[in-house]
Amino acid sequence: MKKLDLDDKKIEKARELAGKIVSPVQEFISSHTTVSVERAVLRLFGVDGVNRDEIPMPNVIVDNINNAGKLSKGAAWWLGKALISLDCTLPDIYEKLEDKKFDITSVNGASDEEVREFLDTQAGEVLDEITGKREKRKSLKEKLGEGKEPLLYVIVATGDIYGDVVQAQAAALQGADIIAVIRSTGQSLLDYVPYGATTEGYGGTYATQENFRIMRQALDRIGNEIGRYVRLVNYSSGLCMPEIAVMGAMEELDMLLNDAMYGILFRDINMKRTFIDQYFSRRIIAFAGLIINTGEDNYLTTSDAVEEAHTVLASQFINEQFALRAGLKPSQMGLGHAFEMDPLIENGFLMELAQAQMAREIFPEAPLKYMPPTKHKIGNIFFSHLLDGMFNLASVMSNQSIHLLGMMTEAIHTPFLQDRFLSIENAKYVMNNTRNLSDDIMFVKGGYIQERAQKVLDEAVRMLEEVEQTGVMKAIENKKFASVSRSPGGGKGLEGVVAKAKDYYNPFEEKLFQFFNCR
Amino acid sequence: MEEKLKKIKPYGDTLNDGAVQLSFTLPLEAGPRADAAALELSKKMGLEDVHVVHSNSLGLGFSFFVVYGKCRHLIDVEKLKFIETAFPLMEFDEVNRYIRMKIGRKITVAGACTGTDAHTVGIDSIMNMKGFHGNPGLERYSEITAYNMGSQVRNEDLIAKAIEVDADAILVSQVVTQKDIHLSNLTHLVDILEAEGMRDNVILVVGGPRITPALAKELGYDAGFGPGTLPQDVASFIAYEMARRKGGES
Repeated sequence: MKKLDLDDKKIEKARELAGKIVSPVQEFISSHTTVSVERAVLRLFGVDGVNRDEIPMPNVIVDNINNAGKLSKGAAWWLGKALISLDCTLPDIYEKLEDKKFDITSVNGASDEEVREFLDTQAGEVLDEITGKREKRKSLKEKLGEGKEPLLYVIVATGDIYGDVVQAQAAALQGADIIAVIRSTGQSLLDYVPYGATTEGYGGTYATQENFRIMRQALDRIGNEIGRYVRLVNYSSGLCMPEIAVMGAMEELDMLLNDAMYGILFRDINMKRTFIDQYFSRRIIAFAGLIINTGEDNYLTTSDAVEEAHTVLASQFINEQFALRAGLKPSQMGLGHAFEMDPLIENGFLMELAQAQMAREIFPEAPLKYMPPTKHKIGNIFFSHLLDGMFNLASVMSNQSIHLLGMMTEAIHTPFLQDRFLSIENAKYVMNNTRNLSDDIMFVKGGYIQERAQKVLDEAVRMLEEVEQTGVMKAIENKKFASVSRSPGGGKGLEGVVAKAKDYYNPFEEKLFQFFNCR
Repeated sequence: MEEKLKKIKPYGDTLNDGAVQLSFTLPLEAGPRADAAALELSKKMGLEDVHVVHSNSLGLGFSFFVVYGKCRHLIDVEKLKFIETAFPLMEFDEVNRYIRMKIGRKITVAGACTGTDAHTVGIDSIMNMKGFHGNPGLERYSEITAYNMGSQVRNEDLIAKAIEVDADAILVSQVVTQKDIHLSNLTHLVDILEAEGMRDNVILVVGGPRITPALAKELGYDAGFGPGTLPQDVASFIAYEMARRKGGES
């Protein structure tokens, strides 16, 4: 239901501007690859495990190729060529790579046609496997059913995957629909993905493929018990975005945090690296049928939520355009926003509601991800609990989809079992008690809420116009987003960006290109 | 304060009634046994007249309790040891004026959220122009030049920045405290400053949800700020401490 009297032409204009902003970046993306994209390709081919020095095999192989100066042809090519030429298996290759003098790119024998045919066949099988996993998830969801939207999303963060399982299962029993395993702090800046089950982490638990598997099984088990599907989330962000997307697809996660600009702004990761990485990761996510969660909510932790509300909307438009170009459907775009205004402002709730309703109307098919108040929680747990209640109300009143639960102990500690329980109880009460409120209310024409939303849309259009003129890279440098300045040559991970050679070959890219173009 | 109230306990609605509320989780299935355990535990914590006013299951063999009771213990107010705020709290304009008068030049401050900690919310609310709860951040002070390096900054890089800009004060924010990682990181920074012979030349300030003035002193910092700190609190401290070191204040 449309309640804000927003001008459709302005919305259309914003989309058009965002498209123009994204296009030149997309051209840059197409002509480049990164070490993490190449490692993701290897992971798709089943490369996994660590060598005797505990370096992950995807890194060992990509580093070998990169050191030989041949990554511009694509890692898959060299791996495929070595496998056929030596007529061997992956473990045989791993064994050879233990000898530091072995160079995978120096293996000869197979013809180009043989390599190409081999890679295409293998890639086809891998994609079929992912399709199978996707179907399996779909039928499990249908069989068990899901909670009502807004779906209740909680985090677990014990540092120990087995401890996380206990917390996650308890949360599911209490009513949580979605479980996110927060990553160990600093993992976003590791240029590799740790291996195996882990029990030590700081502020969270390492994202590893084995940890994904353990939590997936645990949630399926509890889901079957309670007769409700429980979604699993992790983070396809940081320097290993594409690899984690592959791991998420393989281990049947439901959602991945994935933002086109978050890493640039908040982790100081190089922008070229991030743009290339987000594309391939989203390509995989799109194909595997997962939902992305974008990170616009973070803008409001560094900038003021009242004055900078339009930057959230502008970024949602940009994230949407990047996502469309990667093949994501609107129903896979969990665009982010947050309830972060200073609670002491008069009519602050009205502005929050205007923002949430506006996002709902502008992105009607998107499973919007609504983030709770955090910035203004400073230890008074009783006030925080009430603040969360108001947030829960705004969410159900504006039909949000993915609802991150606020914790009254925010800014004190990572949530205790009881914190999560009280938070779920709060949300269930508020949302159940006001379930159909949104169907029964309209906003006064020209009233406070309508005017606020219209103003934010106007400002977003103006901002997109400015960004379009300078280009998004320059705009980021000029602090247009989150009041943070990053330069195209700065930040972490630029050394991992490689221009593709004319004969670059990535069988997945080709197959996915065909898939999305004839969809 | 009256003589008889040198010794105090919590207040509900009558002086020294000792009224306390607490909540906790026990690894027991909800039921009479769990309630009895909550009661017994509360008594051991020093409460009498205990009421388990609410209990319910959290699933997987855990239960949650809300308990009221009366604290048996008394605190002698006169025998407390604590660190008094040893600087005057000034507001925005006052701080600028104070710096102009007592220091006679701009103060330079370098800050960062160090180590692997990615949470900039603390350092941002103190340093960024916008500030926190309507209280402008250090960047907005006419007499302060502030450099906010953001998150996940190595101690070495923070110090390099401090040298580069000739910082008078260094601010460190630590939000993640799981397994006490913040402690080793904070100590490490002091160690390097000492090794570089810089420790006495800068005012070293730490802030974060688990930071107390006492902890800050123990770790070798000049001041520590906990939750709810406003930019003006930090600005006041730095300005006062600089003046004190210059000999303008005692």
